[in-house]
Amino acid sequence: MDFLKKNVDKIVALLTVMVLALFALRIALFLTFSPAGEGTFRYWMYDVLGIEAAAGEERPALPPNQVAWPFDGPLGQYDMASVRRGLQVYRESCSACHGLNQIAFRNLTEIGYSEGAAKEIAAEYTVTDGPDAYGDMFERAGRLTDYFPSPFANQNAAMAANSGAAPPDLSLITKARGDGPNYVYSILTGYGDAPDGFEFNSDVTNYNPYFPTWEILMMAPLFEDMVEYQDGTEANVEQMAADVTNFLMWTAEPNLDDRHKMGFKVTAYMVVLTILLFFSMRVIWRRVKK
Amino acid sequence: MAKHKYTGIMGWIEDRLPIFSLLDNAVGTGYHTPKNLNYWWNFGSLAGFALVIQIITGIILAMYYNPSAAGAFESIEHIMRDVNYGWLMRYVHSNGGSLFFLVVFIHVFRGLYYGSFKAPRELLWMLGLVILLLMMMTAFTGYVLPWGQMSFWAATVITEFFSAIPGVGTDVVEWLRGSFAVDNATLNRFYSFHYLFPFLIVGIVIVHIWALHVHGSGNPKGINVKKGTSDTIPFHPFYTVKDLFGMGVFIVIFAVLVFYYPNLMSHPDNYIPANPGVTPPHIVPEWYFLPFYAILRAVTWEHLIPNAKLWGVIAMAGSIMILFVIPWIDKSKVRSMTFRPLSRIFFWIMVADVFLLGVVGAMPVDGIWIYLGQFGTAYYFLHFTVILYLLGKYEKTRPLPKSISEPVIRSEPVIQ
Ligand code: HEC
Ligand code: HEM
Repeated sequence: MDFLKKNVDKIVALLTVMVLALFALRIALFLTFSPAGEGTFRYWMYDVLGIEAAAGEERPALPPNQVAWPFDGPLGQYDMASVRRGLQVYRESCSACHGLNQIAFRNLTEIGYSEGAAKEIAAEYTVTDGPDAYGDMFERAGRLTDYFPSPFANQNAAMAANSGAAPPDLSLITKARGDGPNYVYSILTGYGDAPDGFEFNSDVTNYNPYFPTWEILMMAPLFEDMVEYQDGTEANVEQMAADVTNFLMWTAEPNLDDRHKMGFKVTAYMVVLTILLFFSMRVIWRRVKK
Repeated sequence: MAKHKYTGIMGWIEDRLPIFSLLDNAVGTGYHTPKNLNYWWNFGSLAGFALVIQIITGIILAMYYNPSAAGAFESIEHIMRDVNYGWLMRYVHSNGGSLFFLVVFIHVFRGLYYGSFKAPRELLWMLGLVILLLMMMTAFTGYVLPWGQMSFWAATVITEFFSAIPGVGTDVVEWLRGSFAVDNATLNRFYSFHYLFPFLIVGIVIVHIWALHVHGSGNPKGINVKKGTSDTIPFHPFYTVKDLFGMGVFIVIFAVLVFYYPNLMSHPDNYIPANPGVTPPHIVPEWYFLPFYAILRAVTWEHLIPNAKLWGVIAMAGSIMILFVIPWIDKSKVRSMTFRPLSRIFFWIMVADVFLLGVVGAMPVDGIWIYLGQFGTAYYFLHFTVILYLLGKYEKTRPLPKSISEPVIRSEPVIQ
C-alpha cells in the first residue's frame, strides 16, 4: 500500500505510455497486415498523390482536366462572347434534358443581350401561367420575368425519360461539384470507347472515366458542328464544351466579374492602409523603452 | 459634481453617466497593459471584430432569408443573385464564420501556451470556453440554414447521435429536431437559435472582458506586473494602434478569401438542394469541427462495450469539458512555456495531435483512419490529464525574470 502511494505518479506515467503504445501498435499492425485496398497505407499514398478516391466507389472518377478559364484568378473576367455561345449550346442541346431554374430571361441582359433580344429569346418559350379569371391555367409566350422552363414536369418524369437518372438542374452545377468548371468540361469531352473487358452495370453503355463509376446515363450530348455559331467560331466538341462551361459558370456565379473588380479595389486599399498602420504603430511605439 | 477630466458636453454626460471614464479604463489610457505583449495577443480583439462582422452581416441576411424547407435554398440564391450586394453579405458571413473560428482557436492555443488559464485568470478562461461552446452551437445551427445537401445531412447525422443516450435517446432526438426527422420544424428552431446565440455570446464577451480587466492582460513572460511601473504602458495609443494594424492584416486575408476564393471553405454538395431521399456518399462537417468529429467517431468497439455511440458523444463533449479543469490539473506556478522547456515540446505534440484529428475527421471511418483516430483521441485526453499533471509537478523550469524590463538574472532555478 505504501509502495503504491509513493509511486503513484510513476505508475500513472507507465500506464499512459502503455496505453499509447497499444494504440500505436494497432496502427502498426494494420499497416503491416491489411490487404491493399480502401483505407490502407498504400491507398492513402494513392490519395496523397492526388488521385481522388471517393469512399466505397469501385471506379473513382479520374481527376478532371485542368483548363485555363478566362474567369480564373484574381483578375479573371467572363468572356461574354463565349458565355453567349454557351447559352446557344445550352438551348440547342442541354435544355432538352436539363433545367436552368435560377436563370430568368431578364438575366440575359447581363451577358450582353439588349432588352429586345432577351425579350425575343423569352418569347420563343411557352410557359404555363394562371389561374385566369375562370380558374384555368393557360399557356403563353415567355416574358423577361419568366425563368427558363424545366424540360420535365417533375422528377419522376425526368427519371422515366432518362433510364432512371434525373438530369440535374444546371444552374449551380459548376459550384455543386468539386473543381466544378473543369469537371463539367471533362465530362462533356470525356466520352470514349470502353476498353476491352470493361463491364457496364447498366444497359446504357456510355463510357466516361471522369464520372464516378466511369459509366454515365447521359449520352454524349455534343457532336461536331451540331450548332452553328453566329460569330463563325468553329463548333468542335472542345469549343462547345468550353463555351457551355463558361455559360454554366456564369449561371452559378453571375456576380463574379463585379466580385473580382471590387476585390481588387478592397484588397489594394486595405494593403495600403495596413502598411500605413504599421508605420504609425512603429512611430507610436518608439516611445516605449525595451 | 464628481471630479474628472471631461469638460463641456462630455463633462455634462460624464457627470450623469460615467461612460467616458468606463471606456477609458477599458480600452483607453486608463487600462495599464504589459508592454511586451506579442502579436498572439492581437487575437482577442480580432475575435471581437469577427463577432461584430457576423452580427451585422447576419442581420442583413435575415432580412431576405426565408426559414422554410421549401423556400430556404431559393431565398439564399435570391440573396446571391438579386439582392444588391447580397452575394457580398453572404460570402462575408459564411467565410467570416470560418475565420472567426480560426482566430478563436489561435486565441485559445495562445492561452494554453502562455498559461493564461492559470490563477488568477481561471474564470476568464472558463468564460472563454463558454463562448467557444456557444460559437459551436451557433455555427452548427447556421450551417443548416442554406438547406443544401450537407446542411440537411449534417443536421441528421449529428442529431441522430443523441439517440445513443440511454432511455430517453429517441425523445431527445425528436425534441432537438422538433419532429421525427429533420424537416421544416428543425429548420425553424435552428434559425431561432442561430439568431439568439450570437447575442448570448455578446453578453458573455462583456463578462469575459470584465474579468480580464480585474487582473489585466497576462504577458508572454507569464509574470505578474504592477500597474504604473516601467512594465506597463497605457492601452491607448499603444495597443489600440497595434490592434488596428492586426485588423488591417486580418481584413486583407478576409478580402482575398471573400473576393477570390469564396467557396474554398464550403462543401460543393451544399449547392445541391436538400434531398432526404439521397444520402451524400461522404458526410463531413465544416473544417473547424473536424477534430471534434474525429473524437465523436473514435469509439468503434460496438462488439466490446455496450453503447459505443454514447461514449463517442461523451468523448466529444469531454474534449472541451476537460479544458475547464486544466487550471487545476496543471499546477505549475510558471505560466509561460518560455520558461518550461519540456512542456513546450509537449505543447507542440498536442497541436500536431489536434491536426491529426482534423485530418481523420475528414476521412471515412474506415481502415487506417479508425486507428489513427483512436490514437489521436487517446493522446488528446492523456495530454490534458496525465501529461499536464506530471509536467506541472516535476518539470524543471527556467529562472523567471523579476520584471519585464529586467534581464534574467542568473539565480536559483524556480522549482516547485
Ligand atoms: C438526352 C438528355 C441529356 C442531354 C441532351 C444532356 N444531358 Fe446532361 N445528363 C443527362 C442525364 C440523364 C444525366 C444524369 C447522369 C447520371 O447520373 O448517370 C446528366 C448529367 C449531367 C451532368 C452531371 C454529372 C454529375 O456529376 O451528376 C452534367 C454536368 C451534365 N449532364 C451536363 C450537360 C450539358 C452541359 C449538356 C449540354 C451540352 C447536357 N448535359 C445534355 C441527360 C442529358
Ligand atoms: C467570441 C469570442 C471571443 C472574444 C470576442 C474574446 C475577446 C477577448 C479579448 C478582447 C481579450 C483581450 C485581448 C487578448 O488578450 O487577446 C481576451 C482575452 C482572453 N481570452 Fe478571449 N475572447 C473570445 C473567446 C475566448 C475563448 C474561446 C477563450 C478560451 C477558451 C478565451 C480566453 C481568453 C483568455 C484566457 C484571455 C486573457 C489572456 C491574457 O491576457 O493572458 N477567449 N478575449
